[in-house]
Amino acid sequence: MSTPDEPRPRRRREPTYLDALTFALDAAMDEDPRVIVMGEDIAGGAGTGEPFEGQMGGTWGVTKGLFAKYGPTRVRDTPISEAAIVGSAVGAAMAGLRPVVDLMWASFAPYAFDQIVNQAAKARYMFGGQAQVPLVIRMSVGAGLRAGGQHSDSHYALFAAIPGLKVVAPATPNDAAGLLLSAIRSDDPVIFLEHMSLYRLKGALPDSTAGIPLGTAEVARMGSDLTIVTIGASRQIALLAATQLALEGIEAEVVDLRSLRPIDWDTILESVNRTGRLVLVEESPAGVTISDAIAAEVNERLFGRLKAPVRRVLAAASPVPFSPPLEDAWLPTAERVLVAARLVCDRLPAGRD
Amino acid sequence: MTDEEQLEGLLAMLRIRMFEDRVRTEFAKGGMPGFVHTYSGAEAIAVGVIGALEPADLITSTHRGHGHCLAKGAPLDGIVAELYGRETGLCKGRGGSMHIADFANGMLGANAIVGGGIALAVGGALASQVLGDGRVAVAFFGDGASNEGVFHESLNLASIWSLPVVFVCENNGWAESTPFSYASSVSSIAERGVAYSIPAVSVDGTDLTAVRAAASAAVARARQGNGPSLLECIAPRREGHFVGDPEEYRGREQADQARESDPIDRLAEQLVARGILSAEALNAMRKDWSGQLDRAYEFALAGPWPDPLDVERYVYS
Repeated sequence: MSTPDEPRPRRRREPTYLDALTFALDAAMDEDPRVIVMGEDIAGGAGTGEPFEGQMGGTWGVTKGLFAKYGPTRVRDTPISEAAIVGSAVGAAMAGLRPVVDLMWASFAPYAFDQIVNQAAKARYMFGGQAQVPLVIRMSVGAGLRAGGQHSDSHYALFAAIPGLKVVAPATPNDAAGLLLSAIRSDDPVIFLEHMSLYRLKGALPDSTAGIPLGTAEVARMGSDLTIVTIGASRQIALLAATQLALEGIEAEVVDLRSLRPIDWDTILESVNRTGRLVLVEESPAGVTISDAIAAEVNERLFGRLKAPVRRVLAAASPVPFSPPLEDAWLPTAERVLVAARLVCDRLPAGRD
Repeated sequence: MTDEEQLEGLLAMLRIRMFEDRVRTEFAKGGMPGFVHTYSGAEAIAVGVIGALEPADLITSTHRGHGHCLAKGAPLDGIVAELYGRETGLCKGRGGSMHIADFANGMLGANAIVGGGIALAVGGALASQVLGDGRVAVAFFGDGASNEGVFHESLNLASIWSLPVVFVCENNGWAESTPFSYASSVSSIAERGVAYSIPAVSVDGTDLTAVRAAASAAVARARQGNGPSLLECIAPRREGHFVGDPEEYRGREQADQARESDPIDRLAEQLVARGILSAEALNAMRKDWSGQLDRAYEFALAGPWPDPLDVERYVYS
C-alpha cells in the first residue's frame, strides 16, 4: 500500500504497434550505419530546415525522431516516385546499403511492381547468387478505415506468390518490432505489411533487439478442437471468436501465420494433425489466396487426419468498397469465423456460412 | 585519348564485335538456348564510357549487355558458358544472355526489362554517396527506355540528390520495330536533360574518342560530387533487334545505312593512316582473339549443366 509520502509511480503509456516500429527502426539504424530509411514524407518538411523539417515522421509518425537523430543522409524524403524509390533502394542494397523503404499504402506498390517483382525478387537467383538485396519495403495495408478502393489493399497473396521475396505481416507490437529487426538484418528483400487497424494496438515491446526469425508462425492461443490460421489483423478477430467458442465448449487453437513467405508449415501441420479441423481467416479477396495454398497443402499431407472439410473466411471477391455497410460486408469478421468454426466442429447444420 | 588508349580501345571494340559475330554464327547452329541481342555497332559506347571509369565503379546494363560485360572486364569463359546455361557460367546458368552479370567487376546485371536498370544505377550512386566511397554508377539504356516512367523518375531523383550517376542513352534509332522518330516527343534524348536540370550532350556513338571525352567529363562531374549527367550516344542499329530478326519493319536500304558508320573500321582506318597501326598488327589481334574465343567455346560446351535438383537454389540467401 502506498503512503502519501511516496511519489505515485508515473504510469508510462503502454507502447503501441506504431511505437514498436519506431523502436525497431531506431535500434537497427543505431546498430548498423548501412541502414537508411527512405520514402515519401518520412521526415516531413524536407529542406525547410528548423523547426519543421523532420517533425512529421511519415503518415503515421513511425519515423518521427529519426531525422533528428540520424540526419538527412540516412533519413531521406523522396519525391512521389515509387518506381525510382524502390528501384534505387534495390540498387543501393546491391551496392552495400540496407535500405528500409516506406511506400505508404500497399495500394501504391503497383507503381513499383517491376522493381519489386523483376529486380528485387529475381536478382539473387538470376545472377546465380552474386547479388544480395537486403531491402525492406514497409507498407500500410488493410480495409476498415473507410478509405475506399485505392487505400485499403493488403495484397497478401500477390506478394506471397513471388519467389525471392520474403513477406511478413505482424499482428502485435512485439511481433512488429521483432520481425522488423529481423527483416532489416535479412540479406533478402522483405515485404513488410502493417495492418492499419493494428497501429493503435497496445502491447509489450520485446525485452531485447534479438528479433524474431522470419518464417515462423506463432500459436496465439492453444486449443485442441480446431485450428484457426490467421494473417495479420485476422488474428484479433480469430481470438475474439475463440473466446466465444470456449463458452460453447470448443477450444480453438489460433495460429498467427506472421510470415506469408516462406510459410511455417511445421507449425500449421503439427496443429492440424492434432485438432483435425482447420479454419483459415484472411483479409484477401476470395479467388486466389494464401489460405487456398494452405488448404491444398493440408489436403495433400493430412487428408486422413481431417475430421471435416477445411473452411476459409475471406474477404468478398471485389475491390474494397467505400460505403460503410458495403465495407463491413466485405471484411472477414469474428461472426463469420464463429460460423465457420461451428461448421467444422459439426455444431451447425451445413448449408451456409 | 592517347595513341595507346586508342589502340586499346580499338582492340576492346574489336573483341566485342568478334564476340557478337561468333554468337550469331553459333546461335544459328542451334544449341544456344533462348534469345540473344547483339551489341554490334555500339562498341564505342561501352568501350568509351567504361574506359572513363575506375574498376570499382558500377554499371547497369540492358538486354543487349554482352558489350558492357566484356568492356567491364568480365571473364570470357564465364560469359560464353552463361550463354549456354552451364553451371560454369557467370550466373551459374540461371541468367543467360539477357540477365548476365558480373558483380565482382561492378557489372550489376543485364536487364531484360526495358529501363529496368536505370533506377538500380541511381541506387548504386546513392550507396556511394551514403558510404562516401567515391564510386560512380553508370546506367546504360536504349532510346526506347527513355519513354519509360522510371527514366524520368530516376533523372529527377538523381538530380535533386546530386547523385554520382551518369545516364548513358544508347540511341540506336529503333525500339524493336518502332523508330525513335515515331515514339519520342524529342528529336534528341539529350533534350530531356533540361527538364531535370541535368547537363546533357549528344555525341556520335560510333566515334570512340568523342564518346570517351564526353564520358570523362560526366564521370569527373559525378566523382567531384556535382551530380548526374545525361549522355546520348547515337549509334544506328546494324543488325536486327535479336539474332534471327527478319526485320520486316525496315528496308534493306535502311539497314545498309545503319552499317555505314562503323566505329571499328572508322578508328582502325584513322590509326592505320596515322601509322600507329598496321594491317598486319590488326590481323594478329583478330587471330589472337579468335583463338581465345575458340577456347572459351570449348570451355563452355564442356561445362556441366546445373543439377535439376538445384532448381530452387539461389532464391534466398
